[in-house]
Amino acid sequence: MRFRISDPTAERASLPLKIAAAAALLFLHIPVWIILLYAFTTDEATYSFPPPGFTTRWFAVAFGRQDFWAALGLSLRVAGIATIAALLLGSLAAAAVYRSKFFGRETISVLLVLPLALPGIVTGIALRSAISIGEIPFSFWTIVLGHATFCMVVVYNNVLARLRRFGHSLIEASMDLGANGIQTFRYVVLPHLATALLAGGMLAFALSFDEVIVTTFTAGQQMTLPIWIFSQLTRPRDRPVTNVVAIFVILLTFIPILVAHRLTRDTGGTHL
Amino acid sequence: MTAIDASAGVRRERSFGSRLSTYIYLRPNLLLSILLGPPLLWMMVVYLGSLIALLVNSFYSLDDFTGLVVRQFTLKTYAQLLTPANMDIVLRTVGMAIAVTLAAALLAFPLAYFIARFASPRAKGWLYLAVLLPLWSSYLVRVYAWKLILAKEGILSWTIAQIGLSQALQFLLNLPAIGGPSLSLSPIGIFIVFLYVWLPYMILPIQAALERVPKSLIEASGDLGARPGQTFRRVTLPLAFPGVVAGSIFTFSLTMGDFIVPASLGNSSFFIGQAVLSHQGTSGNLPLAAAFTMVPIVIMVVYLLIARKLGAFDAL
Repeated sequence: MRFRISDPTAERASLPLKIAAAAALLFLHIPVWIILLYAFTTDEATYSFPPPGFTTRWFAVAFGRQDFWAALGLSLRVAGIATIAALLLGSLAAAAVYRSKFFGRETISVLLVLPLALPGIVTGIALRSAISIGEIPFSFWTIVLGHATFCMVVVYNNVLARLRRFGHSLIEASMDLGANGIQTFRYVVLPHLATALLAGGMLAFALSFDEVIVTTFTAGQQMTLPIWIFSQLTRPRDRPVTNVVAIFVILLTFIPILVAHRLTRDTGGTHL
Repeated sequence: MTAIDASAGVRRERSFGSRLSTYIYLRPNLLLSILLGPPLLWMMVVYLGSLIALLVNSFYSLDDFTGLVVRQFTLKTYAQLLTPANMDIVLRTVGMAIAVTLAAALLAFPLAYFIARFASPRAKGWLYLAVLLPLWSSYLVRVYAWKLILAKEGILSWTIAQIGLSQALQFLLNLPAIGGPSLSLSPIGIFIVFLYVWLPYMILPIQAALERVPKSLIEASGDLGARPGQTFRRVTLPLAFPGVVAGSIFTFSLTMGDFIVPASLGNSSFFIGQAVLSHQGTSGNLPLAAAFTMVPIVIMVVYLLIARKLGAFDAL
């Protein structure tokens, strides 16, 4: 907008409203800054504030820890494979729900979002029950199974939202111009979906990388990074190392979210 | 007729891919089953299968002597759920979920209202990201941050001491039901952290609902002589209410199903999530863990039915 139309009815936000909104925003963001501060504290045994001094040596200590790298490696592998499975299954489901009207379509679209709508503990204990009844041993794949199930929902939502903005006429035009189904998919549908797939994949990765509730029930004795952090939350042993791991994880999850947000900003935003 | 002949001539030269896509194109049901088959099979086997396993497990019981699960239908486990100690856990959890939901609605509304009504398009984008970023970033680390903040020697106690309110804090912590040895070991602490981690889930639906309130209705209300306060109460608020209900679905459901926050900040009084976790783990009483999980499921189903009546699903 080059010029501002003065609108006599336009109200301005009152001061109390501004203060309340700012308070809520600060409440959402200040805690993350505090973690940044604590990663540099010289205090080893407590969470004392103000920090007695500042040091960067905990970074070296944390990155020298074998258990940290093992947990990080497991988390990255789980998130990678769960994301690939979620991308395949989620976009297939979105295409099916978008493309055709079939009996039970509404039921299926509810079923697909159920893993995110119900509390994580329900998915977790349900998988745990199935593992127990089926007498399946805990493994890498039991974790992936759980993660792919709720990651699929994120991909499904993002791809379906994009397909709905797409409109069927472009596909019809491509077919009328002589392209066959595979060509239409390759040259028309896929390029249009690309950023939605990438965004959905990023979010699915972030979701899986950070997931702890379902994982607790499907991991057995295995240690993903969130489970490692959770064990530090209930029984703090390595406070300085945990502080460093915390900002490492925050930075690692911020990146995919910011990228996903940027990718979908002009086309209806990211979808939960 | 010549057209058909011509197309038949072309068809002979077509590639395999082309013939395949024509074959599939002419059979929409085949295409549908290719698309829908894998995800549906996955959801049926992995998810629904597990939910059924959960239900089945809740009707099994634990043999007190051998400590093994008896795979026979019984209502014994549900009877166990109704003992006073376990009902206490249920009530504590539901009470916390209600408190968190109400507080989240109060805290979220001004911010959502500001974003929807007063922010410039540019500021709106930034504010939206500012709400979205905490929602997606590491939930565990954000809980951990509060462990640092609420610790006895932490920043909050320090700040309170600096402004000379230590006595007030001590009074609060001495209260019977909500107090504890320090903020990081009390129901007050749990409440604050729940409020913090679920707040974005309340802001976004309220904002979405407020965005959909037509400006013309607000102008009409003003033209008809309503003061801004009246317009807010009689026009904006009722139209935004489905958004509040939609947000409350998240805050309520997430609070009921969580064990991370109470395990990190609580004392020995359990919440449903912790009970489920400990029964399936150390004591090996998977049936009781399953029966406990049925509580949030049943409550959420009832909640969702009411929410649908209130129009919350249109606000999602």
